[in-house]
Amino acid sequence: MESKSLEEILREHPFLQGFKPEHIRKMAEMALEVQFARDQIIFREGQESGLFFLILSGKVALEVSAPGRILRVQTLEAGEELGWSSVLGEGGKHFQARSLETVRALAFEGARLRQACEQDPSFGYALMRQLLRVVAERLQATRLQLLDLYAPRAAKLI
Amino acid sequence: MSAAAEKILATTLARVVAVERETHDTFTLSVTPVEGEPPEPFQPGQFSMVYVFGVGELPISISGDPADTERLVYTVRSVGQATHALVSRKPGDVIGVRGPFGTAWPVKEARGKDVLIVAGGIGLAPLRPVIYHVLRNRDDYVRLIVLYGARSPRDLLYRKQLAEWGRAPDTQVLVTVDYGGLSWRGHVGVVTTLFRQLRLHPAETVAFICGPEIMMRYVIRMLEARGVAPQDIYLSMERNMKCGAGFCGHCQLGPYFVCKDGPVFSYRQMQPWLDLHEL
Repeated sequence: MESKSLEEILREHPFLQGFKPEHIRKMAEMALEVQFARDQIIFREGQESGLFFLILSGKVALEVSAPGRILRVQTLEAGEELGWSSVLGEGGKHFQARSLETVRALAFEGARLRQACEQDPSFGYALMRQLLRVVAERLQATRLQLLDLYAPRAAKLI
Repeated sequence: MSAAAEKILATTLARVVAVERETHDTFTLSVTPVEGEPPEPFQPGQFSMVYVFGVGELPISISGDPADTERLVYTVRSVGQATHALVSRKPGDVIGVRGPFGTAWPVKEARGKDVLIVAGGIGLAPLRPVIYHVLRNRDDYVRLIVLYGARSPRDLLYRKQLAEWGRAPDTQVLVTVDYGGLSWRGHVGVVTTLFRQLRLHPAETVAFICGPEIMMRYVIRMLEARGVAPQDIYLSMERNMKCGAGFCGHCQLGPYFVCKDGPVFSYRQMQPWLDLHEL
């Protein structure tokens, strides 16, 4: 895929809303289009995966293993981001990611993104700001999940 | 006692004609009056006081089709002694019904606009009459959008209907669960995460919300952030309703009695009271 096409795709992706054209160009230079078949494991819990993804189509489930079962804790769809911790470059993945249907995405190497941030603080600020927004949204959603709002009231008495 | 008060307190005997299991703990009961006139017509959002003889009386939202003049339909989650007794009724059993009571979702005011329904858990029950109404009067409204969140796939109400509604023209139904297993291939995440899949036209949208109060507060924040005006947001409040007529004061919320002045309020009415601690 040509770089120009990638730029157009990136310009339309919600994650890059508000990015300057030169920042989108920089992202396009680092992007690699990838595809995952239905039910493919994209990365496993604990795995040292260095890739950050912007989902273009399809649906991805984040899963966590519990004794004897696997729980789906979140799904991500077109316009969302996957693997934000790769940009930090610390530790393994917190969840397993599985494609629930055919998934098209743009992949970015976390190490390259970090390098680009260090070389261009303006780009770094824009990227980290968006990542912080994603993390904040996920944190808020997780807190709401933990509240278990739909549990019967009697069960919630402590 | 005045005639109006007598009418409010009069209990009609109603026979259970059908009991349908919705989930592991939630059932839908259909009832018709034992004798005489058909049930009093209701508006979407109103509730009845339902009496299980020898056990207790409960406020239950009417979850059926407002155009169905023959029966009243209630979707009840078994969470305590009285609700357990109610969902244990069998066809042919008789219960007591008072009402309908309370304010309604402003479906007339929403004409010509997109109707956005956001429901959590059992909160879909009082909103189902709105969905029936909009689908029955489809030309009066633009888009119908239903966002529905439940605890898990096994807690989803009206699963067949959700699928049917989603196939209706200009209708979008998005369902999510807080936690899913491997067999669930739908959306996972709290109901607010569904907003990322929406293209709202805020100036042309009327939102009806029902669910746990914390959920409603977060949904309102999402709506406001997307430009929906407070006067176009409506919510159904739940408080400890006892009499259904504003006599006993159990359900007082600020200057309102939820049973009489609600349960459906505009967000503009509720705004000062929603964020007050310990209210």
